[in-house]
Amino acid sequence: MTEMSGADMVVQALVDLGVDTVFGYPGGAVLPIYDALFKHPTIQHILVRHEQAATHAAEGYARSTGKPGVVLVTSGPGATNAVTGITDALMDSIPMVVLTGQVPTTLIGTDAFQECDTVGITRHCTKHNYLVMDPARLGPIMHEAFYIATHGRPGPVVIDIPKNVQVATGKYIVPDMIEHKSYRPQVEPDSAAIAEAVAMIAASERPVFYTGGGVINAGPDASAALRQLVALTGAPITSTLMGLGAFPCDDDKWLGMLGMHGTYESNMAMNRADLIIAVGARFDDRVTGRLDAFAPEAKKIHIDIDRSSVNKIVPVDLAIVGDAGRALDAIIAGWQTAGHKPRDLGEWWRRIDGWRATRCLDFPEKKEDAAEIMPQRAVKALYDATHAMDPIITTEVGQHQMWAAQHFGFRGPNRWLTSGGLGTMGYGFPAAVGAQIAHPGRLVICIAGEASLQMNIQEMGTVSQYRLPVKIFILNNQWMGMVRQWQELTYESRYSNSYSDSLPDFVKLADAYGWTGLRIDNFGELEDGIQTMINTPGPVIVDCRVAQLANCFPMIPSGAAHTDMILQPSDVTGTMDDEAKALV
Amino acid sequence: MKIQTEAGERHVLAITVDNEAGVLAKITGLFTARGYNIESLTVADISSDHALSRITIVTNGPPPIIDQIIAQLDRLVPVHKVTDLTDAGAHVEREIALVKVAGTGDKRIEALRLADVFRAKVVDTTITSFIFEITGASEKIDRFVALMRECGLVEVGRTGVVAIARGAEAA
Ligand SMILES: Cc1ncc(C[n+]2csc(CCOP(=O)(O)OP(=O)(O)O)c2C)c(N)n1
Ligand SMILES: [Mg+2]
Repeated sequence: MTEMSGADMVVQALVDLGVDTVFGYPGGAVLPIYDALFKHPTIQHILVRHEQAATHAAEGYARSTGKPGVVLVTSGPGATNAVTGITDALMDSIPMVVLTGQVPTTLIGTDAFQECDTVGITRHCTKHNYLVMDPARLGPIMHEAFYIATHGRPGPVVIDIPKNVQVATGKYIVPDMIEHKSYRPQVEPDSAAIAEAVAMIAASERPVFYTGGGVINAGPDASAALRQLVALTGAPITSTLMGLGAFPCDDDKWLGMLGMHGTYESNMAMNRADLIIAVGARFDDRVTGRLDAFAPEAKKIHIDIDRSSVNKIVPVDLAIVGDAGRALDAIIAGWQTAGHKPRDLGEWWRRIDGWRATRCLDFPEKKEDAAEIMPQRAVKALYDATHAMDPIITTEVGQHQMWAAQHFGFRGPNRWLTSGGLGTMGYGFPAAVGAQIAHPGRLVICIAGEASLQMNIQEMGTVSQYRLPVKIFILNNQWMGMVRQWQELTYESRYSNSYSDSLPDFVKLADAYGWTGLRIDNFGELEDGIQTMINTPGPVIVDCRVAQLANCFPMIPSGAAHTDMILQPSDVTGTMDDEAKALV
Repeated sequence: MKIQTEAGERHVLAITVDNEAGVLAKITGLFTARGYNIESLTVADISSDHALSRITIVTNGPPPIIDQIIAQLDRLVPVHKVTDLTDAGAHVEREIALVKVAGTGDKRIEALRLADVFRAKVVDTTITSFIFEITGASEKIDRFVALMRECGLVEVGRTGVVAIARGAEAA
């Protein structure tokens, strides 16, 4: 076998691993790899405007396709700029491989120009990371890294490659067995546990499925299995923010999202259930509320690929460690073999219907042309106008994110991209870029807050360069609305630094980047404005002015029980004790 | 408002890991990032081909936290195996200390006499000092060091605990 340079090995490995897209930004320490990518016939490189955006774009690509996202950045500031997106991918279990340039091995540790301890900095925000000191190791490490990023609980892997390793030559080795020598995540569920789960579900009178992003990560088949199991058992289902789309919103078993801004019916169902079947969800504090009041009457089954998620927050009665899809398939098979019929859950459903009757997502509004637009209405109108086109929706972080989760319905997995675990403002727009690259023909909309959007707004240039038809729909309330909401709840409306002052004119900004810019000011313009957005080819930014002081309800304040939901603005008292103030 | 902490129990964990750069940092970092305790940590290469190291960690925490620590360690890519020796049953724990004492006259004689009682070996001596080597469970070393403070203790170095399960089998 002939020798090749380290940079060529990196690119060859990407080809061998089926990578078609790399999001990146060049710099001194990755020039050899950039040269190897020059006019590459199969790998397209998407030049972002900031390395953080490369990582979020890779996340958007990954979340919308199920394939790992790939990032290429230089040493020092390139690597440190990528850290937020790497951490975001770790928190939300997104498969991602980040290649970082590094100063030559001879200079490591000397505070050389653009040197930083990338493996040190990313050690605790990656699933695994490598510093490659020998070009002969590049082939095996590249293959192993993709294996680790995509197997078990997915996550980000960093490969730090010193410049002289990129230049040096060696043999490109493809390992015969593309796996890790000892990392063997358990995917096949234990059959005894499955049998027990079947029996528990069959015996339950008040079951509820509580599902999360793990179902999406387990692939479209897992979502299909979930639908089948829900139909077989007749049980209600709720989901976390990350799990939206795994189960269709128009099914009558669907209760809506649960947790802090979840529906009344889903949180009450969790509180009164006698059995909770958690699938690929991790009992996050946003979901459980006050722990000692969480689902007090329920036995709990927890299906998760990551054993460390089990019993981490909530002790469970039955743990099933394994792939969500395989576990669901096994439960379905067990259910059918045992000849179980759906139990009569009529009494349970009657209680649920009672909770549904509170119509907790309703909001007051004036339906006059000149009236201000309620943000919830804007999301609903966007949904009504676009859902038939099966759009991919991304969000930034804040009230608009929660309104999108509450009012935009999803019918399939991989169509809802949002930063759940880390809650990263600046995620949504670059994620939309990544999703659009992966799905050039699809309608991709970023539902943004005017504050969050500005965190990666420079990516307008990327969109122009690659002629991406991304649509940004800003719910512009001229506030960091979620911060202001908490200040109303906790600090007697002392609005410390939460006003979005000195906003740009988004329409002019669109113009400056060669986009189309639209502004929607009142109720009467909403539907037409959305239609214009859809019908305009190319990228569009919509500055939709919404009611400035609207707040997001229902809300379970931090540290409160599921039953202590704030349903209406009038329930807000404006003060909290220190224990509550100390919670996030 | 007060910040609350929970009472714990002591556990000895044996962790087999890839003998690679950064693995120890990954493990100690996990303990600091998640707020777990490390009472002692030892690490050394244990394989003929230098591929594996064994880390012994003595930690402290309530039982659910100990379970979490094990699960969190177990999912790290370079970790091959985690054994809770405290849970696995009877095991042997040993630690070595080197203890330097200086003095003359009665103090020097007393130091030597106590060292004999504790079966500590003299590994270096001058007219005015000794270095003792002592092996045993941590409490035994604690007691020896405490006595040496009365006899002119100058310096002490300890290895931290290594441990292994009793019987013919690997734990
Ligand atoms: C990078 C980052 N910094 C700070 C925060 C804290 N934060 C959460 S929501 C929010 C306000 C978001 O404002 P905007 O984007 O306008 O959304 P809105 O709540 O008004 O819909 C802030 C500052 C965050 N989530 N991410
Ligand atoms: Mg806002």
